[in-house]
Amino acid sequence: MTLPLLFEQLLNGLQLGTMLFLMASGLTLVFGVMGLINLAHGSFYMVGAFVTAWTAGTTGSFWVGLGAGILAAAAVGAVVELLVIRRLYHRQHLDQVLATFALILIFSEGTRWLFGSSPLWLNVPEALSGAVALPGGSRYPVFRLVIIAVGVLVAVALFLLISRTRLGMRIRAGESDREMIGALGIDIAKLYTLVFALGAALAGLAGSMIGALQSVQVGMGEPVLILAFVVIVIGGIGSIKGALIGSILVGLVDTLGRVFLPSLFKLFMAPADASGVGAALASMLIYVLMAIILAFKPKGLFAAND
Amino acid sequence: MKKLTAIGLGLLMSTGLASLQAQADEVKIGMITTLSGGGSHLGVDIRDGFQLALQQSGRDDIELLVQDDARKPDVAKSLADEFIQRDEVDILTGIVWSNLAMAVVPSVVRQGVFYLSPNAGPSDLAGRLCHENYFNVAWQNNNLHEAMGAYMQQQGLKKPFILAPNYPAGTDALEGFKSRYGGELAGEIYTQLGQTDYAAEIAQIRASDADSVFFFLPGGMGIAFTKQFHGSGVELPMFGPAFSFDEIILGAVGDAAIGVVNTSQWAYDLDNPTNQAFVESFREAYGRTPTLYASQGFDTANLILSALETAHPDDADAFREALRAADFESTRGDFRFGKNHHPIQDIYVRTVVAGDNGQPTNRLVGVAVEDMQDVFADECRM
Repeated sequence: MTLPLLFEQLLNGLQLGTMLFLMASGLTLVFGVMGLINLAHGSFYMVGAFVTAWTAGTTGSFWVGLGAGILAAAAVGAVVELLVIRRLYHRQHLDQVLATFALILIFSEGTRWLFGSSPLWLNVPEALSGAVALPGGSRYPVFRLVIIAVGVLVAVALFLLISRTRLGMRIRAGESDREMIGALGIDIAKLYTLVFALGAALAGLAGSMIGALQSVQVGMGEPVLILAFVVIVIGGIGSIKGALIGSILVGLVDTLGRVFLPSLFKLFMAPADASGVGAALASMLIYVLMAIILAFKPKGLFAAND
Repeated sequence: MKKLTAIGLGLLMSTGLASLQAQADEVKIGMITTLSGGGSHLGVDIRDGFQLALQQSGRDDIELLVQDDARKPDVAKSLADEFIQRDEVDILTGIVWSNLAMAVVPSVVRQGVFYLSPNAGPSDLAGRLCHENYFNVAWQNNNLHEAMGAYMQQQGLKKPFILAPNYPAGTDALEGFKSRYGGELAGEIYTQLGQTDYAAEIAQIRASDADSVFFFLPGGMGIAFTKQFHGSGVELPMFGPAFSFDEIILGAVGDAAIGVVNTSQWAYDLDNPTNQAFVESFREAYGRTPTLYASQGFDTANLILSALETAHPDDADAFREALRAADFESTRGDFRFGKNHHPIQDIYVRTVVAGDNGQPTNRLVGVAVEDMQDVFADECRM
């Protein structure tokens, strides 16, 4: 295992982590402020990717597509909040899970109905395609570096938004005491819609950027949603800081596990068996991590309402 | 009054008999395929190809019933029961995925219904569990991988890096590849099923001394891998089975796929009159270029039609003999069945090139293996 390879894999882990953060931050905000478990968060990711792919295909510009994708995800998020989610705040978590699961099915079939069942084409914009040389002689795709940068920017912006602005103050107040903030005369309904749309927009941003690397297809949101849930459980539900640390942790553990576990097993097993066993164990690794963290910190690393 | 009732009853019975008669002549085909969820473009193409062949035959005594299995084995199983018990179909077909085929086929063929597979070809059904009522019109799962192993050996590649998802068809793929490729490997990776990010694997490929990459990553996995590999700056030739490079997937991958070499039992530019007519009529009917799955659906329907010329499925022995003879014009050229009712056919090599309309497309290069038969035929006791 050479140093450049290790460095490249660290970057890969960081890139997966920042992308997960975009998903997890919205999920954890919605849970922290409104106490709502939203399984349909992955659908906003898919909406972002599809609208970006479609708009980029029609206009020929990735950037117009990206803007449209984020706006569409935010708009869809706001509409869903107004029509459906609003009725779920006072229900049990089981009802919320059932209703938002129904939303997943509706969004998936709706997207298929609109865009067809074949995957859409979306590519990395010309200016960001290609790879740059890393110190040590290896090469790394520019677009992945951009994803890391965007993730860091969003983290900083969210931090400033929550700690320095009036909206952020209300969000924090909403996290600690929902009834009281309403009693203080703040339009809680509007705040909820805003937070929900913000979370959806971040998911849409993640979907748009990842869509250029992966495939834009129906059902692309669910695998990411599962990882995002692991992240917020590890980080502590409702905590943005926890979501950030949890995302990076999951990104690094998943990536490095996938690379190094098979080589580790090759030390004492036949190569074919080692890659099979290593791959199987690597796919469990983040859940093992989650179990270990929960054993010592049952509320996650940075529980919001401690 | 009594007389009247008797006449009425008689009339009723005779019309009943007449309709029974009509039913006996009619042939009912049940199609269970994947029309929703991930990978539904495979099922859609199989269905469209099948229907096209039925339309072209001009026969109105064949009833085709289509149901969506949503890629779930339990759904496919209960649809099969419904088709057999309620609709009393003569022939079943349509299943795309091997795990669904394993759930449905063995019990269906034991009940005396014919099953013709337009896609899935798990090794068990070719060997240990082969059955006289089961016919595979596509390929045995390992065929395209074995052919690619043989082709890369022929081409003098020294150190391929191979990868596939960690599930039965994935391990079969790499085992199949290795069975015909005798040389050294630069590395072998099993990825997660449904994985969408391959940065870690691509970095390992870069760090190895590989001279080529062979991968089997069907559906969205292949789209993601090809795009990311193209963007990574690693410049190694890519090889794989046709499953990751059908015309629909190429539309989603874009130029990143140009230069990829893939093996297939069929190509749309294959030069035979049946195929040319098929591709032309498919484009006219559906406005897109057919994939290999569409050709498999089309061939399956034509095989059934050819057998119906000789016998009705109610006469099972005669119908089975007629199927076994495979006396139909296949879109792939020469086609015959081995003793386990799996095809013996040429496997072709295609390469992805920039198309006339800017979309990448496949172009036929040559034959990888002639008259290829699966290795499980000897395990079949029939």
